[in-house]
Amino acid sequence: MDLFEYQARDLFEAHGVPVLDGIVATTPAQARAAAEQLLAAGSAVVVVKAQVKTGGRGKAGGVKLARSADEAEQVAGQILGMDIKGHTVHRVMVAAGASIVSEYYFSVLLDRSERRYLAMCSVEGGMEIEQLAVERPEALARVPVDPRVGIDAAKAAEIVAAAGFDDEVGPLVAPVLERLWEVYRDEDATLVEVNPLVRTADGAIVALDGKVSLDANADFRHPAHAELEDKDAADPLEAKAKAKGLNYVKLDGEVGIIGNGAGLVMSTLDVVAYAGEAHGGVKPANFLDIGGGASAEVMANGLDIILGDPQVKAVFVNVFGGITACDAVADGIVAALAILGDEASKPLVVRLDGNNVEEGRRILREAAHPLVTLAETMDGGADKAAELAHTAA
Amino acid sequence: MSIFLNRDSTVIVQGMTGSEGTKHTTRMLASGTKIVGGVNPRKAGTSQTFQVGEGTVQIPVFGTVAEAVAATGADVSVVFVPPAFTKAAVVEAVDARVPLIVVITEGVPVADTAEFFAYAQDAGVRIIGPNCPGIITPGESNVGITPSDITGHGPVGLVSKSGTLTYQMMFELRDLGFTTCIGIGGDPIIGTTHIDALAAFEADPDTEVIVMIGEIGGDAEERAAAFIKANVTKPVVGYVAGFTAPEGKTMGHAGAIVSGSSGTAQAKKDALEAAGVKVGKTPSETAALARALLAR
Repeated sequence: MDLFEYQARDLFEAHGVPVLDGIVATTPAQARAAAEQLLAAGSAVVVVKAQVKTGGRGKAGGVKLARSADEAEQVAGQILGMDIKGHTVHRVMVAAGASIVSEYYFSVLLDRSERRYLAMCSVEGGMEIEQLAVERPEALARVPVDPRVGIDAAKAAEIVAAAGFDDEVGPLVAPVLERLWEVYRDEDATLVEVNPLVRTADGAIVALDGKVSLDANADFRHPAHAELEDKDAADPLEAKAKAKGLNYVKLDGEVGIIGNGAGLVMSTLDVVAYAGEAHGGVKPANFLDIGGGASAEVMANGLDIILGDPQVKAVFVNVFGGITACDAVADGIVAALAILGDEASKPLVVRLDGNNVEEGRRILREAAHPLVTLAETMDGGADKAAELAHTAA
Repeated sequence: MSIFLNRDSTVIVQGMTGSEGTKHTTRMLASGTKIVGGVNPRKAGTSQTFQVGEGTVQIPVFGTVAEAVAATGADVSVVFVPPAFTKAAVVEAVDARVPLIVVITEGVPVADTAEFFAYAQDAGVRIIGPNCPGIITPGESNVGITPSDITGHGPVGLVSKSGTLTYQMMFELRDLGFTTCIGIGGDPIIGTTHIDALAAFEADPDTEVIVMIGEIGGDAEERAAAFIKANVTKPVVGYVAGFTAPEGKTMGHAGAIVSGSSGTAQAKKDALEAAGVKVGKTPSETAALARALLAR
């Protein structure tokens, strides 16, 4: 899960990373009140920043200075509702201004290839880091981090030295890196990035902007992380599926997909997309992995979600019975159709293979549900489902 | 021959007495795996009875992995414990110097995997997984949750990030059979990579053709492509899942995510093809490519 800047800021503050005061606002009036509060507290200016989970906010006009509460209200009015790379701005953060002397870059992230962590640091912050990495790779220090040790004082010193900080600033930056590591470790992050990390006129090192991604697999030890989820942005069908414990991703297409196992479901989407090329360009409508135990209840829940998508014209159920027996899946489909009754109104193509396939196919043949077509192969099933979706569209 | 696992492998099960562990230990025993013990500190000194075919088998339960290894000489451990306890279980097995640890558990925090992988690497212990179906050498031994009755021994070596695509490919090529099928798992950090398996299949005299299944996320397939170009003389056929996956969405597996322009299926396919690997558009086409290379 990627966090908004203001959420990253709050996590930073909680772990002792120096940040500026910031207040979230969802209306221009709230932005005005926030600015009044910050200006009264001694801030000379405030910065109104769009809260969207994408880069390039500044260039898009989503970050603006304001010298008064009036001005803050006005620019918040411009920024709220703005579209930045497909993300609508629903909130802004009104942040205290800072007198910046220098801008730096720091991140720590998962290095999948090396199977450890990687710290990246540069004395040339502020710009897009991908651009810096390409144009001046020598300016971006890349320091491996042992997952068992993390960024301790020695590693922090190594990182600031590699990045080329001088003897005056390096010792100021190093302890901030240790605190940022604590955010990474204690929150089970997979990315903590600060761009820019700045030095202010009074010599303080401050994280001016932050990007944090959290590991969903670690949610069980972070109950508080549930509150960080952006419920407004979630697709309603995705939210409903999540509430039922289903692994569902909404896509833009006409063929609903149910399968078992992430790899097979991804492959099913691809095969349906290829098959759709010959049937009016129909596409897969979703990813839905019902996992190993395809019980009637899970199948009914899955079908209920997919049939709730008005775009869906036909459904392809593609199951390879490994541990799950195909007869159990077939029973699940028959029971699910009975549970759904008249709500099940779209054709279903079912391909079963593997464990106990003959019995599974027999159950479906004997049930002879008018909506169900049996397919012999994955390719054949994908083609049939695409054809039915195209015919119905 | 085979890779990493053969008929002589002796296996202990961490989490054997739990419901998943019990279910899959029964299945592994039925497929001929030499299971010599389970681990559960609260049930040390007892034994668990499994129904295998017409008869029953008693498997002793030990308090620690070290005790299990001392008593049985086991050289493989398979881990079925829940995510919150997986790191401790793997560290315990590494400390007991079990040379191969197969981690089936899905949902392990990546920080835990990063730690136990580093620990295992220093100790020279091989990890397979986590979040994987395990490894099967058909007709000899099966460690994990792969169905053992899909196919038998033959000339194909298979390495895959995905469990059900492993089963699908075994099914597609069931008339040919496999030396070893290894599911390496779909997490961002995994112990055994495509490259490790490719190197082992290259060295295995019985493996004549290698099928490599990848999916979106990371750059493991691109790295494997470079490795194949430089080091693999046997024919390799590839398949990549996730061409239709949208950017920024996790597709079931924790590691299956396209981030910006990186980790796309197209980039992986291009890299593999540039290394001379034939890449199928679908699992069935991939199987046909493998079949054609074998017939040559």
